[in-house]
Amino acid sequence: MDEVRVQQEPFDAAAEIAALRAGNPRIGAVVSFLGLMRDLNEGEPVATMTLEHYPGMTERSLEAIVAEARARWDLEGVRVVHRVGTLRPEEPIVLVAVASRHRGEAFRACEFVIDWLKTRAPFWKKETTATGDRWVAHRAADAEAEARWGIDPRP
Amino acid sequence: MIRLRYFASLRERLGVDEESLALPPGVADVATLRSALRERGGAWAEALAETRPVLCAVNQAMARPGDAVADGDEVAFFPPVTGG
Repeated sequence: MDEVRVQQEPFDAAAEIAALRAGNPRIGAVVSFLGLMRDLNEGEPVATMTLEHYPGMTERSLEAIVAEARARWDLEGVRVVHRVGTLRPEEPIVLVAVASRHRGEAFRACEFVIDWLKTRAPFWKKETTATGDRWVAHRAADAEAEARWGIDPRP
Repeated sequence: MIRLRYFASLRERLGVDEESLALPPGVADVATLRSALRERGGAWAEALAETRPVLCAVNQAMARPGDAVADGDEVAFFPPVTGG
């Protein structure tokens, strides 16, 4: 079963993966990506991070990304959990977990989902540092990572 | 009327998170709406300048400059996304 969730509370990655694969003996592989908050960005220590999103559109865009992954690969389940609100270093920000019968599809689909999420899902990070707050800049590398998966009709 | 929403750094620059607006004359798509908002001057002209990488969503789906905007739509402007 697929599930996408946006939440303030921390999540338990192991419990999410267990739920993803529960009761489905066709699953032979689960690949997961866990994105974590770092204590350093662009050379400056970061104390906390606040994630803002666009409620409604966020869930719709994550569902669309999962649907695209399912159209490209034969998958048994996809789960995306993304936190919003205030986070501290070492805390998980996002989990993408993909289940499939064989490992190849889960590996590729997991990387695809996080690459598309990074450039398409409406989340914005603001960091608090010793010198004040700053919005995290979009990384050109994220656009390049997205582009590897091919052209799609988007601006 | 359309419902306009602004997020993240754009919201802070403009000092507003949402507003209702009667569709200005001549506005039929994202590009003409953005141009009409720029005409408010000041922070609007600067934050929505053509050189700035501003994204737009119409009814909660990513939109291109040529995509239509009509009465009753929810239109959002925001900077490039940085989640994950």
